[in-house]
Amino acid sequence: MSSQPLQASNMEELLEGIWKQNPVFVMALGMCPALAVTVSAFNALGMGLATTFVLICSCTLISMLRRFIPREVRIATYIVIIATFVTLVDYIIQAVSLALYEALGAFIQLIVVNCIILGRVESHAAKNPPLSAMVNALGMGIGFTIGLLALGGVREIFGAGQLFGISLFGQNFQPWVVMVLPPGGFFVLGLWLLFFAWLAKRKEARHGA
Amino acid sequence: MEHETLGQIFIITVLSSNLVLAMFLGLCPFLGVSGKLETAVPMGIATSFVMLVASLCSYALNELLTHFDLEFLRLIAYIAVIASAVQLVEMFMKKFSPALFRALGIFLPLITTNCAVLGIALFQTARGYDLAQSVAFSLGGGVGFSLALILMAGVRERLNLSNLPSVMHGTALSLMLAGLLSLAFMGFGGIGVAR
Repeated sequence: MSSQPLQASNMEELLEGIWKQNPVFVMALGMCPALAVTVSAFNALGMGLATTFVLICSCTLISMLRRFIPREVRIATYIVIIATFVTLVDYIIQAVSLALYEALGAFIQLIVVNCIILGRVESHAAKNPPLSAMVNALGMGIGFTIGLLALGGVREIFGAGQLFGISLFGQNFQPWVVMVLPPGGFFVLGLWLLFFAWLAKRKEARHGA
Repeated sequence: MEHETLGQIFIITVLSSNLVLAMFLGLCPFLGVSGKLETAVPMGIATSFVMLVASLCSYALNELLTHFDLEFLRLIAYIAVIASAVQLVEMFMKKFSPALFRALGIFLPLITTNCAVLGIALFQTARGYDLAQSVAFSLGGGVGFSLALILMAGVRERLNLSNLPSVMHGTALSLMLAGLLSLAFMGFGGIGVAR
């Protein structure tokens, strides 16, 4: 009886992170790693997966511990838990792919201060049971990865004329070097946000009419 | 990196490798507090101070942890130090300037999760700077962060007076501006880029 509505709400929670409250495009959180590592789609994917892993692990653990953590020291406790998982990810990436580790550099460790994770923990995981926290974290993680891929893909296509290392335009393409340089990151993210703001505005206008 | 003089480290970190505009560190406060000049300036100063303290402490911590072969604790130790430094600044500000304390609001405790501060500590470790170099690096980082924040606040104050399409308001516009500023800062690229 009760499993059906539970599943439906879980699905909704999952979709919320992916689309309705996408961390990158709608809430504009976690932008430092989003801009810094997305010079190529591959880096973006690696960063997205690493963040998702940390997000799921720390949200689940904190949700399980939520009755034992005193309110006064909660932020410090959260940070220490998150930092532990980030250290784990740091060593895993170093073991699995040294190339990715070198490309991401200090930004793997900077996942600790990604606002998405602390935000999710504080606003969701600390108040909900583990399963719900995990699903929510998974949705947010996927949403973040999609956001990073959208940035990294566009920057790689225009900045290097390729996607995931596969050349797209042939020999005659002149890469827009600015796209892989810092200003390109700001411009591409700004354009994506503009696009989503425009979508929202259009929807609003249609409902109003 | 050994041959860099202290002055070089400072200037490179302020201009050509500006934390915000070239390395994308500390974007949240950069976009959040840069609306008005009068909050941008104290925010820049507070962050610079935390950076300096964090840099000194993390240098000492790193020596200690390396000595005992405990490098895997580095990240947790750094975060704890930064959180304490922020607490210090918060108490200081609350006592001496309550008005400012209220104006900065949530962004003051959020300095803890400012990636620029942790970034300074992590990068100086990764690059193997010694004590004097670390100080020059963190001072440069603080000045660079404040510079970007103040420039941005100046531009945004002007923009409030201009007539823009309504879609453009908000974060999208700030990001475009940041892109233009970043493009301008790339002009300093000839000075040399720290890796």
